[in-house]
Amino acid sequence: MTDVHTPPAAPPTGTPASDLQDERLRRPSGPGGFLSLLLDRVRGGDLGLLPVVAGLFVIAVVLQVLNPIFLSSTNLVNLLIECVPVGVIALGIVCVLLVGEIDLSVGSVSGLASSAVAILFVNRGLPVLVAIVAAVAVGGIVGWVYAQMFNRFGVPSFVITLAGLLAFLGLQLKVLGAAGSVNLPFDSALVRFAQLAFLPAWLTYVLVAAAACALFASGYAHARKRRSAGLSSRSVSLLLARSAALLAGLGFAAWYLNRARGVGWMFVLFVALVLMLHYALSRTKWGKSVYAVGGNAEAARRAGINVRLVYTSVFMLCSSLAAIGGVLAAARLAAANQSSGAGDVNLNAIAAAVIGGTSLFGGRGTAFAALLGILVIQSISSGLTLLNLDSSYRFIVTGVVLLLAVTLDSVARRSRKSSGRA
Amino acid sequence: MASSPTRAPAATAREAVLSLRGITKSFGAVAALTGVDLDVSAGEVVAVVGDNGAGKSTLVKILSGVHAPDGGTITFESRQVSIASPAAAHQLGIATVFQDLALCENLNVIENLFLGQELRALRLDDVAMEVRSWELLRQLSAKIPTVRIPVASLSGGQRQTVAIARSLLGDPKVIVLDEPTAALGVAQTTEVLNLVERLREQGHGVIMISHNMADVKAVADRVAVLRLGRNNGFFDAATVSAEDLIAAITGAHDNVVARRATRTAPSTSSSTGKAAQP
Ligand SMILES: Nc1ncnc2c1ncn2[C@@H]1O[C@H](COP(=O)(O)OP(=O)(O)O)[C@@H](O)[C@H]1O
Ligand SMILES: [Mg+2]
Repeated sequence: MTDVHTPPAAPPTGTPASDLQDERLRRPSGPGGFLSLLLDRVRGGDLGLLPVVAGLFVIAVVLQVLNPIFLSSTNLVNLLIECVPVGVIALGIVCVLLVGEIDLSVGSVSGLASSAVAILFVNRGLPVLVAIVAAVAVGGIVGWVYAQMFNRFGVPSFVITLAGLLAFLGLQLKVLGAAGSVNLPFDSALVRFAQLAFLPAWLTYVLVAAAACALFASGYAHARKRRSAGLSSRSVSLLLARSAALLAGLGFAAWYLNRARGVGWMFVLFVALVLMLHYALSRTKWGKSVYAVGGNAEAARRAGINVRLVYTSVFMLCSSLAAIGGVLAAARLAAANQSSGAGDVNLNAIAAAVIGGTSLFGGRGTAFAALLGILVIQSISSGLTLLNLDSSYRFIVTGVVLLLAVTLDSVARRSRKSSGRA
Repeated sequence: MASSPTRAPAATAREAVLSLRGITKSFGAVAALTGVDLDVSAGEVVAVVGDNGAGKSTLVKILSGVHAPDGGTITFESRQVSIASPAAAHQLGIATVFQDLALCENLNVIENLFLGQELRALRLDDVAMEVRSWELLRQLSAKIPTVRIPVASLSGGQRQTVAIARSLLGDPKVIVLDEPTAALGVAQTTEVLNLVERLREQGHGVIMISHNMADVKAVADRVAVLRLGRNNGFFDAATVSAEDLIAAITGAHDNVVARRATRTAPSTSSSTGKAAQP
């Protein structure tokens, strides 16, 4: 765990790897050097996930002090599952924010999808899978329409989606009809998945071990490839330490959650979606073009990127994820009604993405922002509920946290500008 | 020595890689280009000079597929072509370094170099891309300490280098540089002019837009003058005098700058307007 970067072994000792030859480059040595580089980055406004992780820690400590039930296994098991529907919606918000746009209608679209899945499945008697696919397809179509309005007519996305917010709320009320609500049967696979399906304890440990091994294996393969290409690479000891830390952290979390009901399948689904989106954003050509469009759309266009296609894919992805979130919310509640997707769903999804560190100015953020951001919001919500404080306090506290996050984003952007990292 | 402008847009000896004939482009009521001819052959640097608003950037954007011309023909390697999009220009082998560089500041050097041309779309080959990035930058003797920092933290000259290096990916036949030195200091200008020299040595055809006479005389083989959207003479850079160029650019043979240029340094040190380009 000493060196962050070691030169490749093959060339004569003393010659640094081909990417570390510039004499102006400071080479961090030891944990101290690593820390000072990290501090430099933070000062330069390159905050990454640091603020949200720190914030989550503070919130957890404060709430635990106020009510010792907060960090109990039972409460955390519930908290994680409650995160999922809005967290999935927030994943889509991360994508639209990355291209520098916004979707204000995710709440309505999720509500519409909730209603659609309930009506198709219960009232029309379609197989549950067909109902789910149809509901998600509705989301995809909504996103496609937004993208057409945006690409063809240049209507600002916040106006298009504000119109969508109203229109799809209306459509939701319309399809729900006079009764205004549809209950999902408790013994249906969908409801059981959301309410009762937990991983057996052994499987959680197997998954944790697999994750640690996969992290090490991919890191090792990558380091070896870089070494053989004459580039600097992470040392094996660092890779081992990283995987061991993951193993210990996740292993402890799994053990702690398994003292209660354990890890819900729905949460596993959420994490899988986060990881998939993370891969798509960081390791594919599409992901790079998303960041490029968010950073400088005209430059992206001149580099030969089909910018309209990128917008279309992102709007469709966002609405589809909103619809998936709506389906999961209906499953969790075992019902769809007029307030599905209403209230604070919209704002919580957007707040989660921003609190997680996705920049409102486009081009900055990761898929993990949705996961960490929704954990913050759900912790506040759960903690205040445990304190018997009603939703008025929840709104106020969430609002303050959101304002803090946006302020941090703006300040970071300014210090990036002044330190030349804009 | 005052040399007379030639009619022919091409140097006679070599065959042109890229030739434009009668290119016309209007923006509404503004005729930005009218019947413009231009040729460039391999291993040749052609400077296109002209006053602000002469249509230089418009010509660049037509070559790079950003704008479609209203009329005229483009011949590339003896085939008549149309350049419908930036991607089409790139496929043909025409690479452009725009005046505003068109870099994404939030992406790092490697990501900018390979933007739109990443290796392995579904599982990016970042090692190969990093290796190739270093090759390109070293080929240009670029002074960039690390390729893993966002472009926002590079200096003007370094960014220009990144933009030029990017144009070299995919080994283009013709490289178009729009005002590569306009925003740079003395040392950085020299650096970029050296780069242009290197591009010529490597056999690329180079079209360099400029309105700096010193730069033009330093690296160009031929000079094409644009005035109010039309060709206004082609010159041999080795023999043309600054005052003749200025006369062609401004359209007046007798003006203060031209007279002063004659009095002082006849060959190198004068330049026309210093106003920043849009
Ligand atoms: N996108 C555009 N829309 C309208 N007019 C334009 C546009 N681009 C350039 N022009 C006009 O075309 C003329 C030539 O501009 P430009 O090619 O930028 O000149 P230069 O680069 O030589 O200074 C100018 O009169 C300018 O106002
Ligand atoms: Mg210009």
